[in-house]
Amino acid sequence: MTSLLEAVAFDSWILHVLVWGPMAAMLHVLLERQERSGHIAFGWTLGLFVVSLGLWGSFTVGDPGFQMASSVPWIEAWGVHYALGIDGISLFMVLLACFTAPITILGSFRYITHRQKSFYALMLLLQTGIIGVFTALDLMLFYVFFELTLVPMYFIVGVWGGKRRIYAAVKFFLYTAVGSLLMLVGILYLYAATAGAGDGSFAYLDILGVPLSMREQLWLFAAFALAFSIKVPLFPFHTWLPDAHVEAPTPGSVVLAAILLKMGTYGFLRFLLPFFPAASQHPTVVTVMLVLGTAGIVYAAWVAAVQPDAKKLVAYTSVAHMGFVVIGIFALTVTGIQGGLVVMISHGISTGALFLILGMLYERRHTRLTGEFGGLARVAPMLSLALVITALATIGLPGTSGFVGEFLALLGTFETHPVTAVIATSGVIFAAYYMLPMVQRVLFNELDREENRSMPDLSRREIFILSPMVALMIVIGVAPTPILERMEPSVDAILERVHMTQPAEESADS
Amino acid sequence: MTLDFSTPAHYLLALLPEIVLSVWGTVVLLAGVWKGGGATSSSRSGSGDLAVLAMVGVLAAALANGWLYGLTPGPGSPMIAVDRFHLFANWIFLLAAALALAISPAYVRRQRLQEGEFHALVLFATVGMMLMGGTRDLIVIFLALEVMSISAYVLSGFNRRDPKSAEAGLKYFLLGAFSTGFLLYGIALVYGATGSTNLGLIALAIGSGAAVAGLLHVGIALLAIGFAFKVSAIPFHMWTPDVYEGAPSPVTAFMSASVKAAAFVAFARVFQVGFGGIPESWYAIGWWLAALTMVIANVIALAQTNVKRLLAYSSIAHAGYLLVAIVALNQNATAGLLFYLLVYTAMNIGAFAVVLCVSGHSEERLGIDRYAGLGARHPALAVCLTIFLLSLAGFPGTGGFMGKIFILQGAAEAGLWTLSVIFVLTTVVSYYYYLRIAWYMWMRDGAGSGEADPVTVPLTMRFAMGAAVAVVIGLGIFPGGGVDFARAGAEGLLTAGALLLGAAP
Repeated sequence: MTSLLEAVAFDSWILHVLVWGPMAAMLHVLLERQERSGHIAFGWTLGLFVVSLGLWGSFTVGDPGFQMASSVPWIEAWGVHYALGIDGISLFMVLLACFTAPITILGSFRYITHRQKSFYALMLLLQTGIIGVFTALDLMLFYVFFELTLVPMYFIVGVWGGKRRIYAAVKFFLYTAVGSLLMLVGILYLYAATAGAGDGSFAYLDILGVPLSMREQLWLFAAFALAFSIKVPLFPFHTWLPDAHVEAPTPGSVVLAAILLKMGTYGFLRFLLPFFPAASQHPTVVTVMLVLGTAGIVYAAWVAAVQPDAKKLVAYTSVAHMGFVVIGIFALTVTGIQGGLVVMISHGISTGALFLILGMLYERRHTRLTGEFGGLARVAPMLSLALVITALATIGLPGTSGFVGEFLALLGTFETHPVTAVIATSGVIFAAYYMLPMVQRVLFNELDREENRSMPDLSRREIFILSPMVALMIVIGVAPTPILERMEPSVDAILERVHMTQPAEESADS
Repeated sequence: MTLDFSTPAHYLLALLPEIVLSVWGTVVLLAGVWKGGGATSSSRSGSGDLAVLAMVGVLAAALANGWLYGLTPGPGSPMIAVDRFHLFANWIFLLAAALALAISPAYVRRQRLQEGEFHALVLFATVGMMLMGGTRDLIVIFLALEVMSISAYVLSGFNRRDPKSAEAGLKYFLLGAFSTGFLLYGIALVYGATGSTNLGLIALAIGSGAAVAGLLHVGIALLAIGFAFKVSAIPFHMWTPDVYEGAPSPVTAFMSASVKAAAFVAFARVFQVGFGGIPESWYAIGWWLAALTMVIANVIALAQTNVKRLLAYSSIAHAGYLLVAIVALNQNATAGLLFYLLVYTAMNIGAFAVVLCVSGHSEERLGIDRYAGLGARHPALAVCLTIFLLSLAGFPGTGGFMGKIFILQGAAEAGLWTLSVIFVLTTVVSYYYYLRIAWYMWMRDGAGSGEADPVTVPLTMRFAMGAAVAVVIGLGIFPGGGVDFARAGAEGLLTAGALLLGAAP
């Protein structure tokens, strides 16, 4: 297979195809008839996913640098490049995004019943933005893609959402915009700093080489961290998330939970740690991030436990899970960061699946309140099986992807911050405390409502949607090594950079 | 060919676009008299071919402007500047004039306005703007400003049967005359302090220390106030919302884009060339004007429910962003100013064009609730307006974003970090009101108000919108050419200033 990929020069075009393919698909959808738009979008994204699998084969294990990189001047006068490339961290984000796209679109067929054409066009535009965010190696390009994801999501929530959709959409938009615009000022500061040595540049590698004083690093860290923390969302910047999730249509929630939140933690790893190594290991900064991460885990778990609305419950679990990612990253150990990355992947799959299942329940009963269900295990065994496995993966049962991630993240945190790790571990227990009663109320209990008795089980399409997700949860849970070995060199490189700069920066500061 | 202004013929060449346009304006005026003469029978006089005739004049002026690129300006600081700054500014004004001429015919016909006069006035106002951008002499700036302003006063009150339009005209006239007084007084004091009205000689006098400091500073402050009125910076903005709301929409579109652009171009030239040597004397004024304008305008805009008024406050907010470029006082910022003005012209006139289409026969549908469900009824129109709004908000993929980046780069270079942060935070505030129009269009049902509102989009209007979208998207995705072009323009301005200063003993 590798030779085949080489023969077609896979490395040189794959990333461009993945970024612009969805845009081409969008134009195709816009030119076609309304009824066909869903199928066209599905066909394109499935095709792109199949192509993206080649990334796995052509990715060189053990190389920490950027692979398949290319760079063309975009706005020469400003030193902006159209530069793409992936390393062991972005590889999985790209694969996750490509994997989720066709599933999400297939999952929208019954949910989206009006203005399908615009809906699928926006979903595809969103996909371009997402892949762009994960592959961009130029800060201006990254920023453009980062913001590009906002507009389609705003319309997806605002047009196809629930009752309070406009409120949720605007809140989502403004929250994220505040953060990202302040980051823009930070980016321009870095740009001005590169200009000191001649022409300014936005290229990632050029900015890596900029020497920054401790003071500058802390300010810039704050600007970037705010943008990414809102996106993650890190407690206490999470208040937009439950609204957005509850009001968004199922596909919107899936993309939001599975991919968009990851852009925040991805930003931590890609930009915060390498750009501002001294600030990232500043004791105060580390403490603040760990405390916020842990607070998110515990707080979100408690809030989730009392939600009658299943969608809101899952929304809060997202906050908790992303908390694990954040403490994993700011433990600044290889194990911790790897764990955080696996949680990102696992959360993407399992929460995506949870939202899809809730959407399927909603399509059948038009309610999301867990109390309205009960005893579904008897009438819909397939659906119940999927929900149980997904819930267990969310809790982090050994043998599922959730366990690998959370275990590694906690282990890595324990190496440097044992107290934090112990408190955060309680989050795993709370996860069982909010997840299992929900499963019980929906699937088991008494089958006491007439309308539940006639509920159909999963259709063929729905099985087709859920089975790859369930399979992946188990595969990653049982055999995580291929993933870990691919991300390890890149994680090492980041940490090396962080730790290496320690002495010089501290002396400069004092 | 080098233009050293040794013979009067050089003046004619240097002012070729302006001369072409003035002559053509007179032709349009005469044609209007000829056609409409005798009776007000609207069947013949309202066919819109005078707008086409005027457009030909704009095209001719554009050709002349292109031809001027072949000339090299001579040394010194002659009254007429044939630098790239002037020529770039001319493109902005010509674009604005062309777009305004394209969106107005249907309105002019509907309201039975005098076609010839209307289109001729648009051309005369454009001549004034072009002169404002193209002269180094304060007196000529004043004359050009008057040519532009008087045309604009008349245009705002042009629909005299509409009390709102008449009120707008009067208000604009009174406040405009008032602000011109400041400007003129400022010019007089600067002349008294430096002994010249030529910007180059003023810079020389300031550089050599020959200027009378006290007089000069008061003069600079008065000039700043005069320009602040014209660009509608807060607290000198009071006239703007009323005038923009009351004036006929095509006129509002034209004014809000190009009158502001002309004032900014002259503002930049006077302060960067003339007073560039003593930025400390006006830095604080500019800083506070920019900060106040950005914050207050954006906050007030949040509360607007009339779309025209909302866009008026949005245009005040944009004046704030542009003032940041003036304060930054470097090549990047000045280039950003030019670039932004170009994009702003396209997106603002485009937005007003959609408003004009939706507003109905005599602009009775201006409430934001009238936009409910527009996305379902008129998707093309709604898509256009969404693009313009996203660009005004400064979203990636649009020219507005690139313009904001350009100005912010200049501000970063100048170390204006506080102003940059205010800039981006007020931009977030502006997202809210721009998005609000978008959510009315796409996320609300137009039930009740909807189906009954007929919306017609004439052919020329479609051209104008298409062109505006092309400019906005084109500069948003491939800004490279525009950036280089704008940089060349800014270079022309600043090197002239620097050369003069360098020549000072």
